[in-house]
Amino acid sequence: MRDADFFRRWMAAAAASVEREADRLTELDSPIGDADHGSNLRRGFAAVAAALEAEPVSAAPGPVLQLAGRTLISTVGGASGPLYGTLLRRTGKALGASAEVSDAELRAALSEGVGAVAQLGGAVPGDKTMLDALEPGVAALGTSYRAAASAAENGALATVPMRARKGRASYLGERSVGHQDPGATSSALLLAALADVAESADAR
Amino acid sequence: MRMLINSPQTVVADALRGMAAAHPELDVDVERRIVVRRDARDGGRVGVVSGGGSGHEPLHAGFVGHGMLSAACPGEVFTSPVPDQMVRAAAAVDSGQGVLFVVKNYTGDVLNFEMAAELAEEDGLRIERVLVDDDVAVTDSLFTAGRRGTGATLFVEKIAGAAAEEGAPLERVAALARQVDECSRSFGVALSACTTPAKGSPTFDLPDGELELGIGIHGEPGRERRPMMSAREIAEVAVGAVLEELARIGPADGPVLALVNGMGATPLLELYGFHAEVARVLAERGVPVARALVGNYVTSLDMAGCSVTLCRADEELLRLWDAPVRTAALRWGL
Repeated sequence: MRDADFFRRWMAAAAASVEREADRLTELDSPIGDADHGSNLRRGFAAVAAALEAEPVSAAPGPVLQLAGRTLISTVGGASGPLYGTLLRRTGKALGASAEVSDAELRAALSEGVGAVAQLGGAVPGDKTMLDALEPGVAALGTSYRAAASAAENGALATVPMRARKGRASYLGERSVGHQDPGATSSALLLAALADVAESADAR
Repeated sequence: MRMLINSPQTVVADALRGMAAAHPELDVDVERRIVVRRDARDGGRVGVVSGGGSGHEPLHAGFVGHGMLSAACPGEVFTSPVPDQMVRAAAAVDSGQGVLFVVKNYTGDVLNFEMAAELAEEDGLRIERVLVDDDVAVTDSLFTAGRRGTGATLFVEKIAGAAAEEGAPLERVAALARQVDECSRSFGVALSACTTPAKGSPTFDLPDGELELGIGIHGEPGRERRPMMSAREIAEVAVGAVLEELARIGPADGPVLALVNGMGATPLLELYGFHAEVARVLAERGVPVARALVGNYVTSLDMAGCSVTLCRADEELLRLWDAPVRTAALRWGL
């Protein structure tokens, strides 16, 4: 079972990973976007880490993710703010108020979160967006957290030959081909952070 | 790259502090990033609120004032503002008559304004939205997020603001804003990439002797790259593309409003020379220009280049265009 502390550690690991990789995300965003994905997410996840530190430790998993999602919506801006915010908010909402959730419950909740992202952005896999990492990642959660992280990473790599159909990269048409999608890349980081935290929890 | 800044993290806040110092008639909330005209709630007008990423100055904060915007929400550089900013701005300007959100068609702006509209409506405000999507460079819009919003934003904000100033009800202000959007088309070219403060180097590499055709306003490359052209040749391409798309709306039957807009690093000497070519092409095609505006209004940081926006204007739109306006960047008739 996973408690609120597990989800706090997930968000803290995600914040650290985004901080580490911010320059690479921004670099990926230069040829096909507007070179700010890394700096925007860094600002958002730093705010998430700060918001969670300020919250009472007794919170359940659901509210932890909902607070993280709300914080992202309020601080990131652009498309990634609403999309990542919705992912975490809807996942948190689906987890409800239980003090502990099972891996199966987390899997189901994440899949609801990913569905909400697809609906909000109107995107489908193959459009060269974060969904290209999130969909395969969450599908592989049934195997293991590490498998999910790998599937998301592979999903992000698979965006390279795609032509973007959503977001700012879509305006480049064929010229968007040959670049890895920054949103899919940051989504893979989020699932890698989840795998790291789950493995360290299970090793205890 | 040398920039006149303190740090990439503070560019937006620093610019807002400067606006506050230069324009005491504006209420500038630097921390929350909202610029409001001080008399926004006087006279029971409809509020007109816009916003978007920073880096397009004077859009949008430079257009806050009498006869134009009631408030503007600047986001980070090239990044949509967050819903909290828009909700606060709407509350700050609402006098019970409702608020129009002017939104450029970019995924981030659309999503954040959508969330803001929901939240503001939950707070009991009446909100209407107009989506500006005038960029003809985006042809195959089935495969994109739709046509981008660019230069026509200025036309929409001026005309909606004038209608609100006159006391038109929310539905009318929104309908006029949509009419302006539907009747406007734009085309842009880049002679250089721009440099975002966060990245510190040009967003794409444009070799000497080449230009990008069909750009947006976020430093993204355009639809195609070509060997450098003269102002005359660029005007032929740009005006031709805009007129072709305007013709799809319906047969031409009257004059246009014309905006020759600089992207930030092109001097007025060049923009006026370019406008001469635009005016020539329009005259050759039998399109009368009722009003023209030349300058840097919807910019892309330090990008060199320009865009042409044409709006088919009826008498009502022309009257509202001519109505007095007093903002930091646009003022006449007062």
